[in-house]
Amino acid sequence: MCKDCGCSVDPNVHSHHGVVHSHQHTHGQAHAHPHEHPHDFPHKHPHEHVPAVASETRTVEIQQKILSRNDEQAELNRAWLKAHGVVAVNLISSPGTGKTYLLERTLEGLRGKISCAVITGDQRTDNDARRLQGKGAQVRQIETINACHLDAEQVGRLLPEIAGDGVQLLFIENVGNLVCPAAFDLGETFKIALLSTTEGEDKPVKYPTLFSAAPVAVLTKMDLAPHLDWDVATCRSNLRQVRPGVFIFELSAKTGLGMEAWLDYLIKLVE
Amino acid sequence: MHELSIAQALVEQIEAAATKEHAKRVVRVVITVGALSGVDPEALRSLFPLVAEDTVTADAELVVEPVSARVRCRACGREEAAETSFLRCSVCGSRDVELIAGRELHIKTVELEIDER
Repeated sequence: MCKDCGCSVDPNVHSHHGVVHSHQHTHGQAHAHPHEHPHDFPHKHPHEHVPAVASETRTVEIQQKILSRNDEQAELNRAWLKAHGVVAVNLISSPGTGKTYLLERTLEGLRGKISCAVITGDQRTDNDARRLQGKGAQVRQIETINACHLDAEQVGRLLPEIAGDGVQLLFIENVGNLVCPAAFDLGETFKIALLSTTEGEDKPVKYPTLFSAAPVAVLTKMDLAPHLDWDVATCRSNLRQVRPGVFIFELSAKTGLGMEAWLDYLIKLVE
Repeated sequence: MHELSIAQALVEQIEAAATKEHAKRVVRVVITVGALSGVDPEALRSLFPLVAEDTVTADAELVVEPVSARVRCRACGREEAAETSFLRCSVCGSRDVELIAGRELHIKTVELEIDER
């Protein structure tokens, strides 16, 4: 590439039957470069003879989101959900925060009160979907195989079969990962970030991409906090540092601590 | 490692632009990556040539322009760059701030080599 203006004209160096010469093409100029052998000379090496048309370099403004295709599908999902009166929450956390266990208890608590559905994503197995079956909600598993996140297309494909028919609240349990899922809009109503007491209180400031994008955060396994010297005030402060005004739940799906407030909140979401 | 998906989406869009302009080669691509986009520019840079292999984008130079996080203070109205791990107004100290930049993940320009006709 030309160092002066960035155009694509290369200083050419090529060899004709052992004769090496280099020459500098000037900008945009169509010209013949002579060499010593006649053109009917049989030779095998390919070389580009000066084209009848010269090349120009043009800079095209694109100004587009790199993930625009995902984002367009996400908007379609969002419109579909709205048209069908479904609130969708995208649950994101590291693996082992207890998303599936919380969902088990949540579905049991909401059964008969509001109509729920679940899309759950993992790289492999349908273990999570099986755990969530039989609790009154439609459940579908997405196996992402190698991908570290769900995308809008995967979710969009499942919406008509799972979230039509009077479903009010759709839980999308993303692949356990604090980084990648945050970059992919699924068309959800909003994101919920989860963080357990077995993780550091500083997770929110270490992973601000996710925690700054979630208006709601859930602190799980709160029953373990006293045994772990885990400081809830520090964690809440860290959450607020990256997401001022974040709405925080503290709960233990195991002991039931804080579950009532969580369930009430979910019911109010769809009313 | 979602940078692979990002690199694939990026190359797809560049290819679309190159096809539209009848370009024979993509010389340079400029993208903006926000501090809160969740994308590692280095990972993207190393995956880009692998994804672009055997396309007109194969030899393109990828230029990454970082974008800092910026906040607007709802209390005093000031707009300024902010630490991604601590969003607040440096002047009045308020934490009632709104994130106005930092999530960008955009293609800005594509430089194409096109035959003159």
